Amino acid sequence: MALLEATDLRVHFHTRNGLIKAVDGISFKVEEGKTLAIIGESGSGKSVACYSMLGLVPMPPGKFESGSVMFEGQDLLTLSEAKLRKIRGKGISIIFQDPMTTLNPFLKIGDQLIEPLRLHFGMSKQEAWKRGIEILEEVGIKNATQRMKSWPFEFSGGMRQRVVIAMALVTEPRIIIADEPTTALDVTVQAQILKLLKELQERRNIGVIFISHDLSVVADIADEIAVMQNGVFVEQGTRNEIFQSPAHEYTKKLLAAVPATEKLESSGRDENLVEVNNLSIHFNGGKGEGLIRAVDDVSLQIKRHEILGLVGESGSGKSTTGRAILRLLGLSGGQIKFNGTDISQHSMQEMKPLRRQMQMIFQDPYASLNPRMTVYDTLAEPLLLHKIVGKKELDKTIFSLMDSVGLSRESVLRYPHEFSGGQRQRIAIGRAISTRPLFIVADEPVSALDVTIQAQILDLLLELVDHFNLTMLFISHDLGVVRYLSDRILVMKDGKMVESGSVHEIFSAPQQEYTRALLDAIPGKSLLSI
Amino acid sequence: MTTEEIVTATQALPKGVSLWDDAWLRLKKNKLAMFGLCFLILMSLLCLLAPWLTPYGYEDQDLRLGASGPSMAHWLGTDTFGRDLLTRILYGGRVSLMVGFIATSVALIIGVTYGAVAGYAGGKTDALMMRLVDIIYALPFMIFIILLMVVFGRNILLLFLAIGAVEWLVMARIVRGQVQNLRQQEFVEAAISIGLSPWSIIRKHLIPNALGPIIVYTTLTIPNVMLLEAFLSFLGLGIQPPQSSWGLLISYGVESMEEYPWLLIFPGLALTLTLFALNFLGDGLRDALDPKASRD
Repeated sequence: MALLEATDLRVHFHTRNGLIKAVDGISFKVEEGKTLAIIGESGSGKSVACYSMLGLVPMPPGKFESGSVMFEGQDLLTLSEAKLRKIRGKGISIIFQDPMTTLNPFLKIGDQLIEPLRLHFGMSKQEAWKRGIEILEEVGIKNATQRMKSWPFEFSGGMRQRVVIAMALVTEPRIIIADEPTTALDVTVQAQILKLLKELQERRNIGVIFISHDLSVVADIADEIAVMQNGVFVEQGTRNEIFQSPAHEYTKKLLAAVPATEKLESSGRDENLVEVNNLSIHFNGGKGEGLIRAVDDVSLQIKRHEILGLVGESGSGKSTTGRAILRLLGLSGGQIKFNGTDISQHSMQEMKPLRRQMQMIFQDPYASLNPRMTVYDTLAEPLLLHKIVGKKELDKTIFSLMDSVGLSRESVLRYPHEFSGGQRQRIAIGRAISTRPLFIVADEPVSALDVTIQAQILDLLLELVDHFNLTMLFISHDLGVVRYLSDRILVMKDGKMVESGSVHEIFSAPQQEYTRALLDAIPGKSLLSI
Repeated sequence: MTTEEIVTATQALPKGVSLWDDAWLRLKKNKLAMFGLCFLILMSLLCLLAPWLTPYGYEDQDLRLGASGPSMAHWLGTDTFGRDLLTRILYGGRVSLMVGFIATSVALIIGVTYGAVAGYAGGKTDALMMRLVDIIYALPFMIFIILLMVVFGRNILLLFLAIGAVEWLVMARIVRGQVQNLRQQEFVEAAISIGLSPWSIIRKHLIPNALGPIIVYTTLTIPNVMLLEAFLSFLGLGIQPPQSSWGLLISYGVESMEEYPWLLIFPGLALTLTLFALNFLGDGLRDALDPKASRD
């Protein structure tokens, strides 16, 4: 029997800007011990669908137009807020996306963990505390007894997500809604969390609704998959049906967006554009931490017209390396040569003429654009600063830049907040290529984007690299993405270089244990082998 | 749109499509803010043109008349010395508006620059600069102004500067906090990687994004300095009778509130309406300068 059955669920928003049909007639079932994955881009209505069942969508402006959601013999849509509150947490729990913000930073882990137990089961403090320790152990946190007294900031991202999962499980719900639970995590951590979720689900025989924008993430865990677009399920079926014979155009697009191919070996010249020798960057870690060796004795070369992929988990020092090469940071030791010049001792003033030749694309297109500058201003700034074009040519140059990165010319006077994430990243890319640089550092340029958008941006980057003869350092935690466009790959861990080689070498014969772990963590690798 | 149309549209692009041009367009659509702006301009003009608008001088006394209520000859009545109140309000407005404008500008310019530099520089520079602010803040404000008056003599302009020199401290703290936050954002790093100088980054990227709190605090500062001027004048450190200001008129009005209420009501009204107008304008400006707030 189905644990939860939603029929013809419709949630519409009546806003000043008109009617938004966020969820427009979807039906699904969640079975015991099975996982239903709802896949869709941001804005497709997948989160609204799940949150509205639990009364977590503000009404108004939201409104149920039709439908029923049966859970334990009751229709959730007709329940009062007081009754819903009993079901939230106890019957159905939610795991949120970002473990950094889900936990209250001012409450110890233990206190947060026992809160629902005391609330829903009226347990005494000692009882609840004991139960909390058990559940922490179950989600794989070591020294659970001591850890109960830790603060959230003392945990890493992956550990926090384990705590969040523990919080969701502690009330022994029948259903868990996991809303992009691994999107904010590194790939290796993501793999661990997915495994944990699967294990827990089997052991406890609960139903899971797994929301994600990424098909490859759910490839290994979903039993059933529903693909959502513009508020409706465009396709619904078992995992194998969806992966092996997708019927809908959109599903095919999602599948194609899984970066599975390897770039053709390009015959780059042998001349080095960038040469880094024994680079070290140390930070003062503050009280008791001593010196943090963010980058420790790293050497690398980037040849002209080459894309070098730099891979590692967060904290591995890969971003720091990229920023150091652009001299956005001071060095603690080592040498950086750019285009034959030693720039390791250059002052900011001396760097200025070189900035034109080396640019950066940042991870978060929401933060990397000045919210008070239009596209025009953003693109005009570097052009005018480096006197690349005169005032007369400015408009024309800006339009041709917008053409190159695929932005429509009409949006030239818009501000960043009026664009989607992918479009914003296009603006940021436009800014980076505006000065006709030789070298670009791309720091996780696609990890904040939806998968289909990721594929578009990656293709755009490849095209631009080709067209403008660029050299690129591509930083990412995701080997799948790196493989898609890099010529060579360099793996970093804890500030040190672990392994380097051509894409083919790394993927077919990884020498190091760590590289193998990274390879194993690529989501949806079972897809690659199909 | 076809490419050609777009290209023609380009030629029609308003030149200088900066935040400020945009803000002006948006401000013009905000009726309340425009009303505030018009009121302020009108008030300033009236005060400026006072000598030509009223037949009386601000010190002309008519002791036979004494304090009289509004009449045809004296629209807003006269004070205890028989001086025309309307004339005195207009002349007083000159002082009050000027002190509000000059002292606030001084506070704004010093405070924003100082705070932005401290916040951007960070580290030891920041610590040093902010400790200086703390020290000045700890000095008793009155002693500071009296000292200035003693050293440089009594002078209206100096008074304005002195008030401004005290008011900038809070502004510096606010801006520094904002800039410190903004400094962490990637668009600042992006600006550095483009090759912008620190000063351009502060001017083009940091200050525009801190404008919200700056404007709000500015609109709070203006009434503050107007009242401060009245307070100082009351102590004999500022404007001397027979010259006047709104603040002084009000404080004298309070003394005779029961017998001659109009002496309090009319100057009070002038001040209140001006402050209202300022607040409307300030709110409007804040919204107009925030691209996110505008498209509804």
